[in-house]
Amino acid sequence: MVETIASVGLPIDEKLLIQKNRLIPKNGLKGDKKRISIVTGIHGDELEGQYVCYELQRRIKANYDNLTGIVDVYPAINPLGIDSITRGIPGFDLDMNRIFPGFENGSMPEYVASKIIDDLSGSNAVIDIHASNIFLEEIPQIRINELSRDTLVPYAKLLNVDYIWVHSSATVLESTLAYSLNVIGTPTLVVEMGVGMRITKKYGDQLVDGIFALMKKLGIWNGDVITPKEPIISEDGEVSFINAGKSGVFVPAVEHWKNVKKGDRIGDILNPLTGEINEEIFSPTDGIVFTLREYPIVSEGSLIARILA
Amino acid sequence: MEEKVLFELNSAYRDNMRIKGYSFGSGEKSACIVGATRGNEVQQLYICSRLINIFKQLEQQGKIKSDKSIMVVPTINNYSMNIGKRFWSTDNTDINRMFPGYNLGETTQRIAAGVFDNVNSYKYGIQFTSFYMQGDFIPHVRMMKTGFEDIEFAKNFGLPYVFRREARPYDTTTLNYNWQIWDTKAFSVYTNATDSIDVKSAREAINAVLSFLNKRGIIEYKCHEGYISQFIEGKTLVNVKSATAGIFVRYADVDARVKKDEKLAEIMHPYSGEVIDTIKAPVNGIVFFHANQPIIYSQTPLFRIIPTDDLI
Repeated sequence: MVETIASVGLPIDEKLLIQKNRLIPKNGLKGDKKRISIVTGIHGDELEGQYVCYELQRRIKANYDNLTGIVDVYPAINPLGIDSITRGIPGFDLDMNRIFPGFENGSMPEYVASKIIDDLSGSNAVIDIHASNIFLEEIPQIRINELSRDTLVPYAKLLNVDYIWVHSSATVLESTLAYSLNVIGTPTLVVEMGVGMRITKKYGDQLVDGIFALMKKLGIWNGDVITPKEPIISEDGEVSFINAGKSGVFVPAVEHWKNVKKGDRIGDILNPLTGEINEEIFSPTDGIVFTLREYPIVSEGSLIARILA
Repeated sequence: MEEKVLFELNSAYRDNMRIKGYSFGSGEKSACIVGATRGNEVQQLYICSRLINIFKQLEQQGKIKSDKSIMVVPTINNYSMNIGKRFWSTDNTDINRMFPGYNLGETTQRIAAGVFDNVNSYKYGIQFTSFYMQGDFIPHVRMMKTGFEDIEFAKNFGLPYVFRREARPYDTTTLNYNWQIWDTKAFSVYTNATDSIDVKSAREAINAVLSFLNKRGIIEYKCHEGYISQFIEGKTLVNVKSATAGIFVRYADVDARVKKDEKLAEIMHPYSGEVIDTIKAPVNGIVFFHANQPIIYSQTPLFRIIPTDDLI
């Protein structure tokens, strides 16, 4: 059943609607039912989660008898951003993932954020699906704040991703949806996969397989599920960042999610005006390239790759 | 006056971005003034350019005190200003959410680090900045509650109000916050305009800075000393929000004294022209902030009012 969890009047004959679809077992909601919430579209240019929302519900509906708990699907937390191909909230130029937990008496974005938190609160698990941005491609991974490691790593291992990155805590990240929910006891996992403005179907299918595995563990799904792949789990110290030292056009020499040796060529930054190479980029370590620059134009400092040692 | 390039960014497609600082006097690093961090902060740029002009004259007249120096950085984001974008020209990140920066990080982290290395050792830091929502304020000095803020010094600007609010997690990466953490007494000065030039308001801000520097013994400058600033906490202001969306017709200006139930604005239906909502003052008070966009969402904060007893 489609429900509206927040509605805000726009000036000219339109309403901003934040909607979810709730799937419940055929025999209703008697007894204590577990709930999983799938959230995506906080950043309007991250679309990988759109396919996941569709595919998850398609598979549930194809075997509805196996549903034993509640599945809430929120495909568009920032619907104006998705519609207008805008990463932030149009009209405010605001990163929506920096305003949680929101404030009911605040501005429109803060009000909407508070309604979203109210509605998600109490879920047994929340999956917040991101898709990097237009600049970088990511392998399917889950990012976990070290403060929530003990609660979330067991859930993350079920989600069939390639990689779990336990990162250090930063004050600025306390304004994210995931942090705001975890701090009130609603376990929330952040998925990053693919690249902005695109849908990578194989990644979506991979994650949906994992969501069913988690649902089974939580008692929300009774059907057959895959055995999740064993993810690599790492902490900050094992991740090397490669940033551009020069501006220009980046052309990679490696493939995404492939092993590299220290000194291997990651790619070149080219100068299309002079026909010269502005910078040759080499791997600082042995490891695997789990983030790779997708958008070719780079400035000094642009992230080129992340390598897991 | 010494012009210095504080940070330079090479580009494959544009002229290099040069962030410039203009220094006056010598010796102790007394005050650093930073203008536009976003591409639409034209008023902030204008104020700094006027200040540079004034400091140049004061320096020539020997009115910058000995062993005192001032640096003005009119903008740290001319790239975005030149193409009409508020945030960073390529990835839309906000440089004023990147401090203290990281010189090996992403582009805007490097810019922030390059700027911060040059501005962080001053005794006083003054930033002209803007609010994320469109609207006008009574000119004021704004501070975050960090434990390092200094309200009495803020009153030296002589602006009508010194405003303090609680710091939120996303504030921890602003220039103002990091100045404070690194022992610079930091003040954000808000004026009436952002993406246009309001000369009257700019003059008031310029006078406030000169008055502050005079009172802190950095320059010698006779001027109107302004107001005896009133200190207000953000949480004491009364917010007036819109319950409906539509065309916003405002009657109350900033600094207006309003009576309880006085009409502040009307919301008009965008098609029929009917008044669909009347916004009234919930308390006696002074209008500290009002929205200024012609069409508004519902849930939009329209006014912030400083409550007063006002029995007259």
